[in-house]
Amino acid sequence: MKLTKEDVIYVADLARLEIDENEVDKYVEQLGKILEYEDQLNQIDTTDVLPTAHVLPVKNVLREDVPVPSLDREKALMNAPSQDKGCFKVPKVIE
Amino acid sequence: MEYEIVIGLEIHSELDTKTKIFCGCSTAFGAEENTQTCPVCLGLPGVLPVLNKKVVEYAVKAGIATNCNIARFSKMDRKNYFYPDLPKAYQISQFDLPICENGSVEIDVDGEKKTIGITRIHIEEDAGKLNHDSTGTYADNNRCGVPLIEIVTEPDMRSAKEARAFAEKIKSILEYTEVSDCKMQEGSLRFDVNLSVRKFGDPLGTRTEMKNLNSFRALERAVEYEAKRQIFEIEQGNKIIQQTRKWDDDKTESYSLRSKEEAHDYRYFPDPDLVPVVLTEEYISNIERHLPKLPWVRKAEYMEKWNLSDYDAEILVASKEIATFFEKTVDVCNDAKSAANWLMGDISATMNEKGISIEEAGFSPEDLGELVNLINKNTISTSIGKQVLKEMFDSGKKPSVIVQEKNLAQMSDAGELKGMVLEVMKANPQSVEDLRSGKEKAIGFLVGQIMRQTKGKANPQMVNELIKECMNEI
Ligand SMILES: [Zn+2]
Repeated sequence: MKLTKEDVIYVADLARLEIDENEVDKYVEQLGKILEYEDQLNQIDTTDVLPTAHVLPVKNVLREDVPVPSLDREKALMNAPSQDKGCFKVPKVIE
Repeated sequence: MEYEIVIGLEIHSELDTKTKIFCGCSTAFGAEENTQTCPVCLGLPGVLPVLNKKVVEYAVKAGIATNCNIARFSKMDRKNYFYPDLPKAYQISQFDLPICENGSVEIDVDGEKKTIGITRIHIEEDAGKLNHDSTGTYADNNRCGVPLIEIVTEPDMRSAKEARAFAEKIKSILEYTEVSDCKMQEGSLRFDVNLSVRKFGDPLGTRTEMKNLNSFRALERAVEYEAKRQIFEIEQGNKIIQQTRKWDDDKTESYSLRSKEEAHDYRYFPDPDLVPVVLTEEYISNIERHLPKLPWVRKAEYMEKWNLSDYDAEILVASKEIATFFEKTVDVCNDAKSAANWLMGDISATMNEKGISIEEAGFSPEDLGELVNLINKNTISTSIGKQVLKEMFDSGKKPSVIVQEKNLAQMSDAGELKGMVLEVMKANPQSVEDLRSGKEKAIGFLVGQIMRQTKGKANPQMVNELIKECMNEI
């Protein structure tokens, strides 16, 4: 699979990354190399291999449905760039 | 009709757990903003979510009750998108291995039964709540991480009525299984509608999606509106554009949401912080064995045990609260037909009028059972019973106390009644003549006069007999 300029711009947009237009070619090359490297995996025959859902051989890590105290509101909000009315103030959303 | 409407639903239901899906924060509704959060549900760096045991149990219950296959192996995935109500910038959900798949639910519309396919049920976390005012947008994250199940149907519904019937059925299933309290005014049950139209026999048309409808009425009206809109567009020669639309129930119209994510490219991947859920046969069959009685099971029982009609039984089991109230009432009075009539008639009318639920009615099943008994023992008449019921709603007093305090017990003292009967007959000689000449109707008038004089307290049967008896004495 060949990575294109459009792919890089699209992915950057999805991730809300602002990238300089004259850097796009550089990313096409760098990301392309990473993908090429990973592409080696596709050369392995995995016909009889079960898909891996998780890398750890662990299952069913569950907790009881028992409440524990939450954070004080002041603490919950203290690192917010902007707060008011007991809430996180966020960019205005038009519904 | 020339066009066929094709509807699929996605139903989000908040699970009735005490704590959130991945942390111990309370899920109680109505707390002050941002007082039920912690580093996990706020999405702070370095935290580790741990799945709530009850969430798995409730999802499996919902799956069994909707005839789904329960996955022996399922896992959690991240659904990535940016929105201010989602602190982590991803929602933990399930993508390719949901906990339940391939179910079905039977609905009944105007006496016609139909099976609606369920594609899947998966577990996921709710997002926060955004409050808007003129000064800006404010995020309250109390709801972040509240556990949800999302029930996704096949595009099997063909009308607003069918969509509503299905949604109501799901609500009653979730209530009966105690998976969700389904409080719609608190957003515990929300519907997304996928809808397209086509000429009969054509392949599926392009669909639109309407999100977050939170009442049955809104669901029904949104479907009707959107179907009309799409048919109109097609008739005008326009193409339907695949889009998300917002329903405005006050204006009864929908409009296109342009802002939100252009493409549905959520880049799902397995959540590396959460390990797979592996369920044993024993676990699943244990839940199945302990599943509370489902509405259709109760309905069949009502019809068989108590000879109720299909229609009556269906209405009673539609709400778990009503069904339970009904059963407890019958335990007391042993008269299912009367208990059903009171619940479906005067009680439900008053509840609608006052906008209250049966729990808020102010009286217990024992009280209603007592009322039925008072009538069956001829202590009061049915029409006095209606007065007593009204008083029960208003004061919450026991029916026997109301009857005593207001002196409503039926007059069954023949001596006392006979005097009145003679008086009324003397005052209405024409009616007496009519009756003598065989006009049976005249007796009704005389009985009516006596009922009026006694404010409905006379035993009408006894009055009838007394009139006949007095004919010879006049
Ligand atoms: Zn939390």
